[in-house]
Amino acid sequence: MTAFDGVSESAQGEAGSDCGRARAAQALSRIRRVEELESVVIRFAGDSGDGMQLTGAEFSKSVAKAGHDFATHPDFPSEIRAPSGTLFGVSGYQIQYSSRPVFTSGDAPDVLVAMNPAALKVNLADLKPGGMIIANTGAFTESNLHKAGYASNPLEDGSLERYRLYRIDIGGLTAVALRDSGLSKKEVGRCKNYFALGLMLWLYSRPLEKEVDDIRRKFAHKPEIAEANVTALRAGYAYADATEMFPAAYQVRKADVRPGKYRSVTGNQALALAAVAASELSGLKLFLGSYPITPASDILHELAALKHFNVTTFQAEDEIAGICSAIGAAYGGVLGLTTTSGPGMALKTEALGLAVMLELPLVVVNVQRGGPSTGLPTKVEQSDLLQAVYGRNGECPVAVLAANSPADCFDATLEAFRIAVKYMTPVILLSDGGIANATEPWLIPDVASLPKVEVKFRTEPEGYKVYARDDNLARAWVRPGTPRMEHRVGGLEKDFLTGNVSHDPVNHQRMVEIRAAKVARIARDIPPTVIEGDADAELLVLGWGSTYGAIAQAREFARQQGKKVAQVHLRHLNPFPPDLGEVLGRYRRILVPEMNLGQLSRLVRSRYLVAPVELHKVQGKPFKVSEIYDKIVELC
Amino acid sequence: MNALTKKDFESNQDVRWCPGCGDYAILAQIQKVLPTLGIPREDFAFISGIGCSSRFPYYMETYGMHSIHGRAPAIATGLKVSRPELSVWVVTGDGDALAIGGNHFIHAMRRNIGLKIILLNNRIYGLTKGQYSPTSEFGKKTKTTPLGSIDRPFSPVSLALGAGATFVARSVDVEQEHLNGVLRRAAEHKGTAFVEIFQNCNIFNDGAYGFLTDKNVKAETRVLLEHGKPLLFGKDRNKGLRLRGLKPEVVTVGENGVTEADLLVHDERDPHGVVSYLLTQLDRPDFPVPLGVFRCVDAPSYEELNADLEQAARAAKGRGELAKLLNSGETWVIT
Ligand SMILES: Cc1ncc(C[n+]2csc(CCOP(=O)(O)OP(=O)(O)O)c2C)c(N)n1
Ligand code: SF4
Ligand SMILES: [Mg+2]
Repeated sequence: MTAFDGVSESAQGEAGSDCGRARAAQALSRIRRVEELESVVIRFAGDSGDGMQLTGAEFSKSVAKAGHDFATHPDFPSEIRAPSGTLFGVSGYQIQYSSRPVFTSGDAPDVLVAMNPAALKVNLADLKPGGMIIANTGAFTESNLHKAGYASNPLEDGSLERYRLYRIDIGGLTAVALRDSGLSKKEVGRCKNYFALGLMLWLYSRPLEKEVDDIRRKFAHKPEIAEANVTALRAGYAYADATEMFPAAYQVRKADVRPGKYRSVTGNQALALAAVAASELSGLKLFLGSYPITPASDILHELAALKHFNVTTFQAEDEIAGICSAIGAAYGGVLGLTTTSGPGMALKTEALGLAVMLELPLVVVNVQRGGPSTGLPTKVEQSDLLQAVYGRNGECPVAVLAANSPADCFDATLEAFRIAVKYMTPVILLSDGGIANATEPWLIPDVASLPKVEVKFRTEPEGYKVYARDDNLARAWVRPGTPRMEHRVGGLEKDFLTGNVSHDPVNHQRMVEIRAAKVARIARDIPPTVIEGDADAELLVLGWGSTYGAIAQAREFARQQGKKVAQVHLRHLNPFPPDLGEVLGRYRRILVPEMNLGQLSRLVRSRYLVAPVELHKVQGKPFKVSEIYDKIVELC
Repeated sequence: MNALTKKDFESNQDVRWCPGCGDYAILAQIQKVLPTLGIPREDFAFISGIGCSSRFPYYMETYGMHSIHGRAPAIATGLKVSRPELSVWVVTGDGDALAIGGNHFIHAMRRNIGLKIILLNNRIYGLTKGQYSPTSEFGKKTKTTPLGSIDRPFSPVSLALGAGATFVARSVDVEQEHLNGVLRRAAEHKGTAFVEIFQNCNIFNDGAYGFLTDKNVKAETRVLLEHGKPLLFGKDRNKGLRLRGLKPEVVTVGENGVTEADLLVHDERDPHGVVSYLLTQLDRPDFPVPLGVFRCVDAPSYEELNADLEQAARAAKGRGELAKLLNSGETWVIT
């Protein structure tokens, strides 16, 4: 291998020896020092066009296969192709993997791979003191330094002294490796992320061959590109090995995770899979009516590619049509689903009210993002909880659920469909931008073990009353096309039994109350609240949604410091679990960390007359474990 | 199955429109047409929005939904795509379809989804007691335009054509026979069938179509569109429409050497639809108002195309299996 000929700049690590092309020949046979780590947090950062999302995703796949638990956090700009080299064009992907259960993508990275000055500038503050920086020197040009606002080159001016800095001309070395590939300069430039991946695979003692197979599969339709990427990958790996610039390679011990078959899923993927599962389990067609919006669009993309199942996807003209078409589908007797994010959710409000009146099953997914208005489209927030619970005209109860991690989206979605058809009600499922795009290993369930989604259509005309209810207070679902059961439904108030339009005052109150009672009755299905950590603690940390990981990790750290902390994380937000009031009553203090200004706090305060301590974060970023930990320590 | 009759389509609900409202006549015609279509009653669904016109489904002994303002085409679309075997009708008003629901209205027609969209155009907001609508005349005085409206109205049939509708027609509430024929044509059309019906709101906009329905003048103010026939009108059927280039003009047959052969012959199947569009723009006082089918062309319906797509996906990949799907992608086993 002669990949290192003509490298203009010799890469130097602070602790490493200099680069030597002569060493390349022996590269693969060298015995290296391997250090064991408990866990590691790596952040890949570069221009949106640098392919860092791909590098990060590939790296996480590789560690997953080694049996590690991991969590990731992709963070990209809302501009599709922000001008290159700019601070706002920086895209990042963070992964934490560990020999222990992993709850979050980690607070501070141990390693930062910075593909250009802007990536360094944006991410440096997060890096652990003494952390490792791998900088793509070739991109530290005058113009890029200027765009990032650096007066002098931080790789040379000593300002990074506190870190372990590795200067590697990733772009240049890739170009050299691909000198004879026949590819254009632009195409060669696109391969540098695989060089970076090769470096990191070596550094963390991951095998190369699986990745090679992967690349060939991924780029099967463009074999020249596949081979170029393989060459770049091998070059990066060999470079790390040959140069001895890293004092050691690292290895994270295998995690003690539950045995079984795993795959890695994003929240949006898991949600789509569960929607198909609901269709298969119920025997009904799934209809998704949706209008594209970040970060929910991927659900539509995923399901659009699954038409060989009993799945129809419909890209509507707006979010109103998205939900309305799903209501029409539900009226037709299929599983109606609509997916969106904050601004789209606002548009669906009126139709949600209609679905409440019609008492038809419907699942509405809100993948929350930073608000209000267009807000922070690509960032995470959980500020639509009150909107979900209350945000409609009239007394308009809707069941509200939340998923707490990417893999959990699967279970949460199945639960949403189960409730929707059992109680003939719309259900709002809250996910968020963090969960939607982050990946996590998912223990693939056995189909036979999945919960039932039971549907019974009424076909018996004798004695049929449109709004007569069963024990769950649900009315019967009747498909158009059923003889002698023709009936009308609508948004005007209904007679308690016949469903005919009724303006009767007493009937209205009765209907308002029974709609509320029906949704409240869902609580009967909610299992006893699980208390994690020390159930007999004085402090309870109460959360919902994607804060689960950060809270669990903080609780774990606190426990290691000898502090007793209990944790309850809610799946059901409307209705609440029936035992929640009693559980909350057991604790002297309740801490509610939320990525909003205290929405769950408000709900539990008004419902249970408790006085939780609130912890708010609305920065478009998930909680750091330390932020919650510090608060716990303050309260214990 | 016993033959269905009009009675079979009358629900037990009291009809609540104002006495004399044009909606009654339209309801009666639809109830007359449906039993003749050979479709079982349970396979009809009527979806409406909000407005006087949108009360319609309550009076039909079919499946039906009185939904929210402007959204009926979107709801009906979800129903039709999911259940293509149903005959799905949308009943809407000029405010419902063209103001708040304009977006859904045009997109239904753009997709050519198999809905019958019946627009009861009274050129006013009836239910909310008399505000002007997108079809109210320029200068019209209403509660919200005491000094006269400065909104320019648009023509629903022009809009429908602009949106790519494959069937576009117009009729009048009181013209029973004509209305019946147009509705039947709409019912038989594959893809979106759009019918504008001039409807008199005798409370808030009485006489809006008097010029068309008054026995003394109607022969002069309307021209009936008949496929393959020259556009003739007038009491003596000697007036006609002639095209000069793309400029229409009214001529009198027998005067200045004009013969019937000079007149525009109506072609509802013209694939380009330019002349159909031109006809939708004709209005008083310079021209008679055309009634009948402006356009009727064949095109695959959205629900057909969608079913084809789904079938093709199954043919290519095989019917999906859940366990296989869950286990797809890269997996690894932890022991
Ligand atoms: C979201 C919403 N906005 C406003 C209204 C009030 N509203 C009800 S019907 C209507 C206009 C109806 O006009 P049109 O569609 O022409 O029906 P018509 O009553 O004339 O048959 C309005 C503004 C409503 N019901 N919902
Ligand atoms: S207000 Fe007008 S449109 Fe409405 S029912 Fe009365 S007459 Fe008919
Ligand atoms: Mg009207």
